[in-house]
Amino acid sequence: MKKRKPSYIRKEYIWAYLFVAAPVLGFLIFGVAPLLYSAWLSFTSWDLVTPPEFVGFENYVEVFHDEKVYKSLYNTVFMMLGIPIGMVVALLLAIMMNRPLKGISYLRTIYYLPVISPIIAVSLLWQWILNQDFGLLNQTMWSWFGIEGPNWLGDASWIKPSMILMGVWGGVGGTMVLYLAGLQSISSTYYEAAEVDGANAFQKLWLITIPLLTNIHFFVIVMGVIGAFQSFSQIYVLAGDGGPEYSAATVVFYIFENAFKYFNMGYASAVAWVLGVIIFIVTLIQFRLSKKWVYND
Amino acid sequence: MLQKRMTNLWVALILCIGSVVMLAPFVWTISTSLKDQRNVFEIPPKWIPDPATFKNYVTAWNDSPLLSGFMNSMIIVVFVLVIGIFVSTMAAYAFAKIDFPFKDAIFLSLLGTMMIPFSVVMIPQFIGFSRINWTDTLLPLIVPGLFGNIVVIFFLRQYLAGGLPNELVEAAKLDGSGFFRTFWTIALPVAKPAIAAQAALSFMGIWNDFMGPLIYLSSPQKQTIQVLIASMQSQYMGSSNYPVILAASIISMIPVILVFFFCQRYFIESMAISGLKG
Repeated sequence: MKKRKPSYIRKEYIWAYLFVAAPVLGFLIFGVAPLLYSAWLSFTSWDLVTPPEFVGFENYVEVFHDEKVYKSLYNTVFMMLGIPIGMVVALLLAIMMNRPLKGISYLRTIYYLPVISPIIAVSLLWQWILNQDFGLLNQTMWSWFGIEGPNWLGDASWIKPSMILMGVWGGVGGTMVLYLAGLQSISSTYYEAAEVDGANAFQKLWLITIPLLTNIHFFVIVMGVIGAFQSFSQIYVLAGDGGPEYSAATVVFYIFENAFKYFNMGYASAVAWVLGVIIFIVTLIQFRLSKKWVYND
Repeated sequence: MLQKRMTNLWVALILCIGSVVMLAPFVWTISTSLKDQRNVFEIPPKWIPDPATFKNYVTAWNDSPLLSGFMNSMIIVVFVLVIGIFVSTMAAYAFAKIDFPFKDAIFLSLLGTMMIPFSVVMIPQFIGFSRINWTDTLLPLIVPGLFGNIVVIFFLRQYLAGGLPNELVEAAKLDGSGFFRTFWTIALPVAKPAIAAQAALSFMGIWNDFMGPLIYLSSPQKQTIQVLIASMQSQYMGSSNYPVILAASIISMIPVILVFFFCQRYFIESMAISGLKG
């Protein structure tokens, strides 16, 4: 015979469900429902004006033959080069910042400032700095080193490096803070033991610091890759048409153009699903691989 | 010891040079925003504007409905922060301190939403909101936020699980405190610092958001500050009027920088904690 739960426990259940009701509803309304709707849309052709028409796998077939999909995917992945660059710079900064220096909190704030600044403002500021003729960067290179700078945003081969440069400048402070927290959790006994064994500074970095921060490396990479796959705003400002030869367009930019400029809702949904699946698979692979290299205490 | 001091000196030097690199774009932006348009293209570049003028700020403010942009962004922030974070705290408390059937399943499915890229749901969301005629209003940007945010729930759950002793909750219950009262008088005060941290982070997220407002808002009076600034770009960049556009972008930065300076401690802490535990 099944015993009924005492009434005060049942009452508590009801309260608990009431407390989690809002996020669960939000999850259904703004998560699950759009997901299903989007899946259906991806099998239709729809311009928002005439009624949607079911086209089967046509959109997906087109995605795989669409040069712009490959191009924007390539651009997106290329710009991920900023992730390792940012990690190296952030780690070095964090190691230096981990010393008891005077005024260190001011320095930290300065490096963190770009992280909190609106990406639109940051993009506009870089648009001015990267201006070919009058931008600060080319002006400085010319007057200090006599180097004639490239047309950063107007040249198909320079626009991606420009984006990476801006991304590293903008993101390094955030990564640095993560590393700083990680460094502070490493017990000093490891370093003391290494010193007894006569390890030099480089060996301590390579054999203790870097390996003991693997959970942070992992977090930074996973979040960085997901973030890069979704980057949009800076492209919208700095390369409103996708850049010269479409060389700055990211996948999300391409989805946005299809959906809200050309009103190809069905096709845009199909591209979005392909992107979603790619992000999912890449993240899954990273978690699988992480078992081989991430330490967890 | 001497060697250690020398190293510290070098480190300080490198960090200072680095900080100049980090600050230079900001300083250059401020400098440009204070220049007369005729002096903007001077070669070699001058860091100190001569003559300096606030005219561009006035132009940016008057030529574009920046005030309404400010208000619109502020309305979204206030609603989503106050209601959304309260709702998230309620859920976090339930997940952290009460055992109820299917708790883990519910929590995990909520976490699953973090896996869904915005680009997949933005099209159906847009279509849904335009069906009920909510496009070109602030509602699509406010209403989803009122249901709480899973990242905030996750963070607060971790915080309450560790920071709020079960004994305290039990004791309150024995004293006859009802469910909601226990939450209100015991859990909420305990969670205060974590809530502050999440509020500061959410403020940034909402203030700086661009893609959502860009999709939903079309008339200038309804737009948020970010969309307004971005659309000013085409207006002024065509005439190469960098000073005005940079003045406008500095105006858009002021609130985040103010919030940052007042809540700095919370920021860096919560960045570090959510990063490590996430």
